[in-house]
Amino acid sequence: MDRAEVDARIRELAAPFNKKGVTITEDTTFANDLEFDSLTVMDFVAEIEDEFDIIISMNQQAEIENYGQLVDAVTKLQAD
Amino acid sequence: MSEGIIQPDQPETIEGEGKDLFSKFDDIIALREGLLASGQEDPFNLVMEKVLSPTRAICNGRETILLGTYNYMGMTFDPDVIEAGQQALTDFGSGTTGSRVLNGTYQGHKECEEALKDFYAMDHAMVFSTGYQANLGIISTIAGKGDYIVLDIDSHASIWDGCAMGNAEVVPFKHNDIEAMEKRLKRIPEEAGKLVVLEGVYSMLGDIAPLKEMVAVAKKYGAMVLVDEAHSMGFIGENGRGVVEQAGVIDDVDFIIGTFSKSVGTVGGFCVSNHPKFEIMRLVCRPYVFTASLPPSVVATAATSIRKLMHGSNKRAHLWENSKRLHGGLKDLGFQLGTEEPQSAIIAVIMPDLEKGAAMWEALIKGGLYVNLARPPATPANMTLLRCSLCAEHSEEEVGQILEIFEQAGKDVGII
Repeated sequence: MDRAEVDARIRELAAPFNKKGVTITEDTTFANDLEFDSLTVMDFVAEIEDEFDIIISMNQQAEIENYGQLVDAVTKLQAD
Repeated sequence: MSEGIIQPDQPETIEGEGKDLFSKFDDIIALREGLLASGQEDPFNLVMEKVLSPTRAICNGRETILLGTYNYMGMTFDPDVIEAGQQALTDFGSGTTGSRVLNGTYQGHKECEEALKDFYAMDHAMVFSTGYQANLGIISTIAGKGDYIVLDIDSHASIWDGCAMGNAEVVPFKHNDIEAMEKRLKRIPEEAGKLVVLEGVYSMLGDIAPLKEMVAVAKKYGAMVLVDEAHSMGFIGENGRGVVEQAGVIDDVDFIIGTFSKSVGTVGGFCVSNHPKFEIMRLVCRPYVFTASLPPSVVATAATSIRKLMHGSNKRAHLWENSKRLHGGLKDLGFQLGTEEPQSAIIAVIMPDLEKGAAMWEALIKGGLYVNLARPPATPANMTLLRCSLCAEHSEEEVGQILEIFEQAGKDVGII
């Protein structure tokens, strides 16, 4: 799956968590722009993990601050 | 290249005046000040001026029933326990002033470890200075770089800190969700080292883990299993060995972590295991090596208490009675509880918000009842909880009184 396809799928998964309807760009941050708390992060990550059959460990999550970084990480993880 | 030489010693205008490393705590300082400004008695600054028994104390000048301690088995004033402590204080002095691996292992530490081996019927026992250090030490030492730790998202802070101190990949799963746990284990590379960390009783809501199923799944994927039984020791299971015993999986778990600061009634922590190489932990586990060992009086009280807990079946039965009665009574009064049925000695009463929770806490303490106010981030799902933890020494009459105080406070605050 290429980056554009990964992006499209993650966008679908993110929609229900994006309670305020923030426009998501590559630079949108999860903590500040989307205001995800730790529980939301866990649920959102679990959905992505199940969708792509991957693991995004807490260590990897710590490196991901914005949407673009997430798409990059998932694109790489699902290709491995 | 240094630019220091062309700069003045001090900047002429100070940017961000009043800002320092403590600025990151401003939000929590404001939250606390806001709460106390309303005249609320500080729930996190209670002083017990006198302790009358395992279930009663003078708190802020009032005689109070204690329903928020972890003194589950009421061992703190046991005459044999106190005598053992006094004798050790006389014979061995007030402290060891040294590490377990240097000059800090006395006869009492070995006797305490023997008591643990007998209590759990396991080959090895290692005593730490606190339960926090036991989790911190064992988890960070056995799971290193390239290994994976799979753990419940509601795990205790000491478990998270143990994960953070090691360099393993940390993979949490939704609380008590067997399927979510299995999915994660399945995705981990087969050759990687895996540790599953679970708790018998989760202390915030007082619910237990489905250990029979979870331990089986962990073993299926070749993971080692560590179970924290801090809140179940002495009480749950036929011999008080915890939820692992009740679920019939004690022989399948690799490590049990526990504490002396709950049912045992003093302070300290431990790990028991049947692993043939377990003893090497004493040399490689930094939170064990680089701290002073427990004072002789503490290990003497712990050893005596542990041996007495082996024969505590009557107390266990009475504690279950108390738990069932309080749970049923609170439910009948209309309070929302953390579990549908009583699963442990902890009963969590869910509050609508922090403000109501604090008001309820104050109404209870003024009515002569101490419970634990728990708030985010310690609580799951950002809940505010009034946590009640029962003691085997609470009499039937006291449980009745507790329910009356709850009823009155709940009506005054408008929760029921």
